[in-house]
Parts: sequence; structure tokens; C-alpha cells
Amino acid sequence: MPFILRRIAFYAVAAWVALTLNFFIPRAMPGNAVQGIMAKFPDLQPSAYKALEAMLGVGHPGSLISQYGNYLDDVVHLNFGTDVANYPASVSSLLAQTIPWTLVLVGTATVIAFALGTLLGILAGWRHGGWADRWLPGLMFLQAIPYFFLALVLLELLAVKLHIFPLAQGYNGQDVVPGWHWDFIGSAIDHSLLPAITIVLTSIAGWMLQMRNVMITTLGEDYVVAAQAKGLSNRRVVYTYAARNALLPQLQGFGLALGFVVSGALVMEIVFSYPGVGLLLLNAVTSTDYPLMQAIFLVITFAVLLANLAVDLVIVLFDPRVRAREAAR
Amino acid sequence: MSDLANYWRRLPNKARIGAIMLGLFILAAIIGPQVTPYDPSYQNPSQALSLATPSGAHLLGTTQSGQDVFSQLLVGIRLTLELAVIVGVIATVVSVLVGVTSAFLGGVWDEVLSLFTNVFLVIPSLPLLILLLGYLPQKGQLATIVVLSGLGWPWGARVIRAQTLMIRNRDFVAASREAGEKSWRIILFDIIPNEVSLIAASFVNTVLYAISASVALAFIGLADLNSWSLGTMLYWAQSQQALQLGAWWWFLPPGIAVALIGTALVLLNTGIDEFGNPRLRDARTATKIAGRRIQPTDPTPVLADLSARPSRLAAFAHSFSRSSLLDETPAGGEIR
Repeated sequence: MPFILRRIAFYAVAAWVALTLNFFIPRAMPGNAVQGIMAKFPDLQPSAYKALEAMLGVGHPGSLISQYGNYLDDVVHLNFGTDVANYPASVSSLLAQTIPWTLVLVGTATVIAFALGTLLGILAGWRHGGWADRWLPGLMFLQAIPYFFLALVLLELLAVKLHIFPLAQGYNGQDVVPGWHWDFIGSAIDHSLLPAITIVLTSIAGWMLQMRNVMITTLGEDYVVAAQAKGLSNRRVVYTYAARNALLPQLQGFGLALGFVVSGALVMEIVFSYPGVGLLLLNAVTSTDYPLMQAIFLVITFAVLLANLAVDLVIVLFDPRVRAREAAR
Repeated sequence: MSDLANYWRRLPNKARIGAIMLGLFILAAIIGPQVTPYDPSYQNPSQALSLATPSGAHLLGTTQSGQDVFSQLLVGIRLTLELAVIVGVIATVVSVLVGVTSAFLGGVWDEVLSLFTNVFLVIPSLPLLILLLGYLPQKGQLATIVVLSGLGWPWGARVIRAQTLMIRNRDFVAASREAGEKSWRIILFDIIPNEVSLIAASFVNTVLYAISASVALAFIGLADLNSWSLGTMLYWAQSQQALQLGAWWWFLPPGIAVALIGTALVLLNTGIDEFGNPRLRDARTATKIAGRRIQPTDPTPVLADLSARPSRLAAFAHSFSRSSLLDETPAGGEIR
């Protein structure tokens, strides 16, 4: 099987495991979740009660297999049920409002942090023992700070004290109406700068340290020494010989660390009251809004799996060995 | 005892600093709760003690309801470290079990266990943790430990599996097998001892994961909010608007404590890495040979090359020594 097909099969299995976990968790947990919800939200209609029972598997909603079939059918049609905290809004509509915010902010910031961190890692690995190594403990400190805590500190310093950045929200809700015009886009960019800086600052150190270590190991390889012995310029040796090879483990690490980075960024959204999936998740947790929590789990998992698949495609693009193996089959 | 001292001397500087920092936090965790000046939950009704700035009586000031932040911090470090270490031990044991079994049995078992490991590696753990803890009626310390260890093992299992695959094909394992040793004896006495540094690194990583995940979960409110951990401290600081009230002494200490513990663990881990891979070592670990700094990555210097360029002081001292007489010897070694 070609490399990419094999990877797609693997992600399909992972997606199925996530779906199945999502199905069984509410059924395996103790207590009656539906009664808890009904007690908390007295204005829910009886139809919502039935829908919740079917979704969480309480009462007599039929055999487990037929429940599972219905559940898969709903997920395929992006039908995640009705939200209980914002009744009668559907969960899908809530997600559709928040996903673009998170996707743009977290996606852009993560890619910037990865690119910048990798570049700095290449330089630090090449100048091993130089200026960059003196900053290593500082970088490790940055890496160890929880995202949301750095967000709190930056918010206090740059927004509350110095008024450089706006305090919270995704855009200035008092003066600007959402839409495709510059007033709104400018306001949205203005409000996303500080969250983006937070993500870049906290995640850049991890990429940089990892790339530096791989780079140092790669620079000791014979082919690098040979390239230098041929009299190639340093730039060529570093970028086309060493860095290109060191990038492969880095990319694989990117795929695996993505879930962690995205989760951290979601918790950070809470600090900025950013109107993304993270804030929605917090609201779901505080109001024990189970349908919403389950849908968010699925959305985040699928986004991470898709990003992983994209990374695999990039690896095929970068690594001639994978392509050669394909051609030899 | 001298063995221990010897080991300590061979550790890279980074690991030493990390171990000392971590030691201080562990000390705080052990004796902290006994020496807290106040009950961390005691709400002092006095108006003057609401949001008091740090002073002699309250080293890190007070919260809005007059609770002593320093006492909360000491108790919080204990609870957070306790949780992280327990999760670290459980998850590491599971990862060793899965990793070694997978590599040692091979075949279908390996395929299934590897697939299982990799699937749980790509599914983002924090949303899953939130879902699991969200459904639990009691969100106490025990629930968090169970859920975190249940999701914390795949990374270690993957690394340990790769290492076991390598060691399994070494000659000494083949020799043990020829000698008729049982599988469990080979695993316990031949394979595991060769993976100690890897298991240690995986343990440190898991502790790091447990700290950051538990703090994030508590910050969202998925923890026992009546107990004091570094995460719940941050939760209360955020939900009672410490930031807007300008009470930096309330939300800075727990966050800095988390970051410092994390830094100590990362330093320790980098140290362990460098212990195994000399290339990664700091340039300052270069050894001095005949007055020249030789980096671990440099090729072994030729002796003639070294002696050709002695430092000035060494040359001066050398001129007094008896062997300096030989320097002027003409070819053939014949003394005039």
C-alpha cells in the first residue's frame, strides 16, 4: 500500500476510535446525566428530553447497536443535537460561529511559531555553543509556562497597564458590525495580535530546542562533512544538506505535538474571552452542557487528525526516499 | 554513598541545576503544609486584609476574601507534585509494560499494540480529558489521577518499544536465550536495565505532562475546587478577577511556581539526554587538552598538532624541565 493510503487508513482508525469513545463515555459514566441537565435547565421542552436520552443512552432508547448506528448517522450529517444551555440553538450552529475564529488564530499562530522556531533552531544548531545556547535556560522557562498563564501576564502588562492592545473579545463589538469590510477585519486583527503573540512565544521554544538537537546530530553526519570538504558554501551546507534532513523528524514531531499545542491555545482563549472554540468549551464545562462538550471533542480531534494528514503529505513532498520507495513498488 | 557522589559529579550542569530546583520544590511540598502560617482556606473577615499587598505578616499578600496566598502556595505545591508523581509512576509502568511487550512478542501483538499506542498519541488528550472529567460526578484528586494516567502512557510506550526492538537483536540477548533463560528473566534482567535512562526520561516527561494538564484542567474548573492546588489557585484568581483588581501577588506566584517546576524538569531531561548523547553537550563542557579546548564533536586531535602549539606559559615552564633538553636533539636522537 502506498505511504499516503496507509496513513489515511491509520487516521481513519484513529477517527473511528475517537467516535466510539465519544459514544461510550456518556454510557459508561455513573449517574444520570439527563436528569442533571433537566434539573439545571427547567425551560427545556419534552422533545429535548427525548433527544438527550437518545444521545446519552439513558432510559430505553433501543439496543446499543441501533443507538450506535443512529449516532454514526447523526455525526456524518453533522447533526450534534440541540444545545441545552442556549436552547433551542443547535450545537452545529454554535460550532459554525466559533470554529472560524479559532482556526484562523490558532492555525496562523502555530504555523508562524513552527516556521520561526525551526529557523532559529537551525541557526542555534549550526552555531552550537554560541549566542543561542546561552539563552537555552530562558527558552526552557518559556516552554514550561502554561499558555494561559503567559496570556494573563501579557494581558496585565500590555493591555491593562500600557494600553497597547485591546483587553478582550474577538473584535470591538461596540463600534464595529461583523462583515467583510475593513473596519471589522482591522478590528479583528487588532484583537487577535496579543493572543497570537502568546501562542508564538510559548510554543516557539519547544520547536527551537527540538530542531537544535536534531540539527546538532545531523551536522555530525558524514555527508555534511563531505559537503564541507567539497568546499560548498556554509549556507548551502546548512540549508540544503543538514536542515533538509533534520526537518523530517521535526515535521513528524509537529504532527504529534499539534494536539498539545491546540489544546493549550484553546485554554488560552478563555483568558482573552476570544469568541472561539476554547471559550465555547469553557462555557460547556461550567454549564455541564454535555452535547456541546462531545461535539467540541470530535471537532478538535478531527481537526488535529486532518492537520496530521497534511503534515504527512508535506513529508512525502520533502523526502525523496519515501517517493523512491513508492516508485519501486 | 561515594558512588552517588561520583554520579553527581558526572552529571551535566543543566541536570544538576534542574535537580536542585526540583529538590527545593519537593522540600516545599514535604514540609510546606506543616509550616503554613495560616489555614489556606481561612477567610479573614477583616476589611484591611482583603487584597492586602505582600507584607511581613502575609508574605505574598491576601486574596479578595482575606486568605493567605503564601499558605495556599505551599499547600498547592504539595497537591500538584503529589498528583504529578503518582501519575508519572502509573503511566511509566504502563508504558514500559506496553512498549516492552509489544517489541518482545512481535508479530500480530506488536501490530495491534503499536496501532493502539499511535492512535492514542494522535488523539488530542486535553479535550478527551475534559470530556471524561466533565461526565464524572466527583472531580476529586483520585479521578484526575486515574484519567491522566490513562492517557499519559502512549509517548513513553512508543519510545520504549523502539529501544527494545534495538536491544532485542543484540548478542547478549541472543546469548541469554541460547542459555535457556525464560522470557520474563530476559526482559527483567537483560532488557530493562539497558533502558533505565530512557525510562527515567519518559518518567520526567510524564510528570511534566501531568502538571501542565492538571493545572489546565483545574483552570477550566474541572477539579475539586475546594482543595488547594496550583491549578485551583489560578482558577480562583481568574474567576475572582485578580487581574482586573491589579492583584499581581495573587495570580503570579502559582503560575511562576508551575513554570519553575516545569523548567526544572526540562533541564533535568536535557541533562539526561546529554548524558546519553555527548554531541548535544554545551560548548562549555569542552575538555582542555594541552591548553586547547576540544569540543566533544571535534575529531580526536593528533598529538603532534597539539604539541606544536603549546601555550606561552606552558612553553616557558617547559623550558625549565629536563625534557626540554631533548627538544634540540637533531634527527637520530644523538646527543652532541
